[in-house]
Amino acid sequence: MLNNSPFSPASPEAQAITHLFIFVGIVILAIFVLVATLVLYAVIRFRHRPDGAEPRQVFGNSRLEKTWTIGALLTVAVICIFAIRTMHEADASPRPGEKPNLVIVAHQWWWEARYPESSVVTADEIHIPVGKPWLVELKSADVIHDWWVPDLGRKMDAIPGHPNHFWIQADKPGTYLGTCAEYCGAQHAWMRIRVIAEPEAEFKTWEQQQLEVPPIPVSGEAAAGSKLFNDLTCVNCHTVAGTPAQADIGPDLTHVASRETLAAGRLKDTPENLGKWISNPQAYKPGAHMPDFNLNPAQVQELVAYLETLK
Amino acid sequence: MSDVPFPGTGEVLPLARPKEPVTGLLAWVSSVDHKKIGIMYLLASLVFFGAGGIEALLIRIQLAWPMNTFLSPRTFDQIFTMHGTTMIFLVAVPVLTGIANYLVPLMIGASDVAFPRLNALSLWLLMFGGLLLYFSFIAGGAPAAGWFSYAPLSEKAYSTSPGVDYYSLGLLIAGIGSVIAAINLIVTIIKLRAPGLSVRRLPLFVWMVLVTQILIILALPALNASLVMLLIDRRLNAHFFQAQSGGSAILWQHFFWAFGHPEVYIVVLPAFGMISEVIPVFSRKPIFGYEYVAASTVAIGALGFLVWAHHMFVVGLGHSIDTMFAISSMLIAVPTGVKIFNWIATMWNGSIRLTTAMLFAVAFLIVFTIGGLSGVTLAVFPIDWQVTDTYYLVAHLHYVLFGGTVFGIFAGLYYWFPKMSGRMLSEKLGRWHFWTMLIGFNMTFFVMHFLGLMGMTRRVYTYPNLPGWGLLNMIATIGAVIMGISSLIFLCNIVVSLRQGEVAGDNPWDGWSLEWATTSPPPVHNFDRIPPIRSRRPLWDLAHPENPDWKHEH
Ligand code: HEC
Ligand code: HEM
Ligand SMILES: [Cu+2]
Repeated sequence: MLNNSPFSPASPEAQAITHLFIFVGIVILAIFVLVATLVLYAVIRFRHRPDGAEPRQVFGNSRLEKTWTIGALLTVAVICIFAIRTMHEADASPRPGEKPNLVIVAHQWWWEARYPESSVVTADEIHIPVGKPWLVELKSADVIHDWWVPDLGRKMDAIPGHPNHFWIQADKPGTYLGTCAEYCGAQHAWMRIRVIAEPEAEFKTWEQQQLEVPPIPVSGEAAAGSKLFNDLTCVNCHTVAGTPAQADIGPDLTHVASRETLAAGRLKDTPENLGKWISNPQAYKPGAHMPDFNLNPAQVQELVAYLETLK
Repeated sequence: MSDVPFPGTGEVLPLARPKEPVTGLLAWVSSVDHKKIGIMYLLASLVFFGAGGIEALLIRIQLAWPMNTFLSPRTFDQIFTMHGTTMIFLVAVPVLTGIANYLVPLMIGASDVAFPRLNALSLWLLMFGGLLLYFSFIAGGAPAAGWFSYAPLSEKAYSTSPGVDYYSLGLLIAGIGSVIAAINLIVTIIKLRAPGLSVRRLPLFVWMVLVTQILIILALPALNASLVMLLIDRRLNAHFFQAQSGGSAILWQHFFWAFGHPEVYIVVLPAFGMISEVIPVFSRKPIFGYEYVAASTVAIGALGFLVWAHHMFVVGLGHSIDTMFAISSMLIAVPTGVKIFNWIATMWNGSIRLTTAMLFAVAFLIVFTIGGLSGVTLAVFPIDWQVTDTYYLVAHLHYVLFGGTVFGIFAGLYYWFPKMSGRMLSEKLGRWHFWTMLIGFNMTFFVMHFLGLMGMTRRVYTYPNLPGWGLLNMIATIGAVIMGISSLIFLCNIVVSLRQGEVAGDNPWDGWSLEWATTSPPPVHNFDRIPPIRSRRPLWDLAHPENPDWKHEH
């Protein structure tokens, strides 16, 4: 059950927070047990008895007051010290001028990911090499969003006009699930994240594959689809490398068929689902910024044939 | 009613007030009597509590299982926004203003508040503001940007329906009403106390109301100003909060939370006050450490202004700012803890009567402690970086707002209902109400801690079928239904008891503060005569001439 949780850390940063959480958790549990015991004991032990005369009237006790005030202050002070220590481990400040390894731009309701060194561009599914601390720059194209992959560490807001930085690292290969955590409008629920951590070599292969420019199909349904893609204004919102489509209102589609999910985790990426999505995106993500084109089945089939060539 | 004996002096002062019509609806609508206004506040909040509660149930039905399609995303967003906005602004604040309105003059031995007409104005502004907010449903769509309406989502470009305009106007109007009510109560408490009732003898409820009203005067203008700025952005195309054209999205958050955090204490301190009245009476002992409880209230109020950015730990304000606000937030835990221990010490060696009022007060001690402790984890900002904006936070805020404020209010209502109506609430129905509420409450909100820790974020209209999520959400929904039934039992209790409840008499609980020295319900002018006040518990002194409090207090 504990996957994708602050209690299943998979990076040094997340680990530091987990330790702090366990420590503070024990402290507050102890306080809770103390308070609950005292309350319940009082209620049972000092319950009104029928013979009851009024009990002795006690107005206070300064020594007791000082004891618990100081006790509370000390507890808080200890917690503060641990918090500050964890802060540096969980969120080290980047050196001034340090270049990010990854730039993430949050859009209503998908994530754009750019790799400045290799110039790879992708969406929603972010590949990283295992074991390397990467500096991420986080921006927003519209409203405030929030990056959260619990296994890998802290949340961070994506705020227009206020780029933020944080570290991302995964100790083990695997797929880490996350989501947008700041309410950002109609499809906030479907702005999910997949971080795919791979060993260095596999990561490099992935990067190479993402850099390839897919050939423009010349015959068959795919070719018809490619033409439709141009004619139907898809090009106004999407990018496909090597074609006139160079916009970023929607995700880069150059390698869309190589992804695991569609529309930020809403659908599994299969040819069938691709057809469903483009025939009626509003049925799957009402309010999303991709219109319904009222395509006929033949057009859908041709477009899917084309999109499936974008591996 | 034209001449009123001035409290305590026996002197008769003519009061320039309109005559109260004797009967009928008009007697209520045109009333400037603080007791009628207080009751109307309570009724208004009860109606809004019904609306907010139905919205809560709709939310819970939609989230009962994964991929549910009961509500469309846009409807869901409107419903959760209206739920939060209603509960905070139209339930928690007015219910407390209403109780304060009813009780403060009685507890300080005055015949009314300082400015009775202004008092009526605040009430009607609240009602008008609330209706305006709800009017949005039929005027193009309710607001859907969450109760804190973060810019730029709340700006015209991203919230095209007029909902946010209604939100701004409605809250502005209700907010002005709150400020007026606050001024009124402060002046009342400072100027109209009966002779002998020095500040150090004020009932703790009145103390906490005083601190709360000062918080309102200082905090609400920040909200009112930012609402006006948001309206100017939306209607006149300014760009205070739009980064694209030079404004700042973060500015809104600073403004909002500069109000919003004190607001949290505005809605919880009066509940502390009620608990501080209920626990002593049903333990048959004076409050333990009066000065410490009063002083810790002032400390909470003051610190409350220094913690707003703990709502912004994930904004990226930098480590030094995060650290400062974490420390101030954790400091607030100290005076709060002091209060809890004083309440327990009051019960210690007492003679505890577990009436429904006391049951709610005892439950308050425990559930509020849970909320306070999860609050400490949120103030530890590296933990907050993980759990904020998840269901863990939703759990926390309901443990303090529901387990704190609402349980405190229930305790207070069971305690003072006999004073207000002249009849006792049924203890039998009260017990049903209490136990179903306690069970439903914990079922709904305790599991939310786990949902948050399993990765479920707040404000999502649906969620993928991840392991465990469906089950826990279903438990939460069942708990919400139980709470709904529980609220109906409470409603029944009010209706039935008003008709056939046991007649209360002046002082059914053997209380010690002044409100119990007059009839139930009190006459229009509140008191025919005021007992001598020589300590914090004048009615104790009266009943125990052999052992009066003024021998012990100094
Ligand atoms: C007005 C802009 C716009 C137009 C025109 C548009 N799209 Fe999109 N498209 C988007 C947006 C925005 C998304 C992301 C939706 C989301 O996940 O919220 C998207 C998502 C997609 C996806 C899923 C991509 C992924 O990685 O998950 C596909 C495939 C797609 N569009 C294909 C098309 C095709 C084919 C056309 C033309 C028929 C088209 N789009 C026209 C804006 C547009
Ligand atoms: C009747 C029982 C209640 C239930 C079942 C309930 C349920 C919920 C749920 C499920 C949410 C989360 C919505 C979401 O994130 O999508 C929520 C939010 C909230 N609730 Fe409640 N609630 C109840 C009572 C209250 C009370 C009494 C208060 C305050 C006094 C309150 C204040 C809030 C606030 C402020 C929010 C945040 C709204 C937002 O995110 O904008 N609730 N409630
Ligand atoms: Cu988002």
